[in-house]
Amino acid sequence: MIRVGVVRFPGSNCEPEACRAVERAGGSAFYLWHRDTGLAGADAVILPGGFSYGDYLRCGAIARFTPILEPIRRHAAEGGPVLGICNGFQILCEAGLLPGALVRNERLKYLSRPVDVRVERADTPFTSAYHAGEVIRLPIGHGDGRYVATEDDLDVLEAGEQVVLRYSDQGIPDAPANPNGAMRDIAGICNRAGNVVGIMPHPERLAETVVGSDAGHRVFASLMAGIHAS
Amino acid sequence: MTWRVNVRILPRAGLLDPQGQAVEHALAALRFPEARNVHVGRAIALEVTAPSAADAEAVVRRMCDKLLANPVIEDYEIEVESEGAA
Repeated sequence: MIRVGVVRFPGSNCEPEACRAVERAGGSAFYLWHRDTGLAGADAVILPGGFSYGDYLRCGAIARFTPILEPIRRHAAEGGPVLGICNGFQILCEAGLLPGALVRNERLKYLSRPVDVRVERADTPFTSAYHAGEVIRLPIGHGDGRYVATEDDLDVLEAGEQVVLRYSDQGIPDAPANPNGAMRDIAGICNRAGNVVGIMPHPERLAETVVGSDAGHRVFASLMAGIHAS
Repeated sequence: MTWRVNVRILPRAGLLDPQGQAVEHALAALRFPEARNVHVGRAIALEVTAPSAADAEAVVRRMCDKLLANPVIEDYEIEVESEGAA
């Protein structure tokens, strides 16, 4: 059984949904506390969404210095899968585990709506159950989701094929394809090795048909398949 | 000695600053056409114990690089204002 640690910070959200999505995909999930100094044997780690530490200073800026980040860094360096969702993505950027940063949405509004994203990389631990080029509709909920990086970093990301998800319009009415002004339409990236992934959409919120769609389910199914295979 | 230090953090030059733009538009609507290049940042005031003003600035620079500012998106300026209460 694949064991997935879901980290709780003060202000995290959707962590029960993340656990449920892992369990529905056939794994076992448990919570890690932000003050923990180890991963309790987790094979993979999920940093959930939310507003850790009230988004004080900058989103993820305080969470980055919590004790749990040290074992997560070691796990990531050893090639262990790490997924940051929304605030989790912001934390991974602040921690330097992913390049760039996430800043205030271009039109300043907090956005809570579906977006279409194209899967650019279907070989990460969290996207292998999708097809490259497939467009999926997932929910976003963020005020600070505009991905920015230096032009050099963006070119390095593109050259290394580190863009995992890109905003892409399939025809959601009255909504721009790129909801927040993210550079190069980036909705998710990975590190060079591909084991650390950060995404703005919330797949755990849309992982079973009873809530309208299970478009996010395969994020968690990917993880199970990948770890079984390795 | 204790030094009063002000840190001024602004969005990096050239990075789209929608807050600054929104404020600039609001100022224009209030008939302040004089306002240009408005940017919204953050000010952090703190007291620092250090032997000299230069040392106070140096330690606050380390604080900025580590936590107070994110060099990917922000620039900062440090002003060691005056010697505070001992």
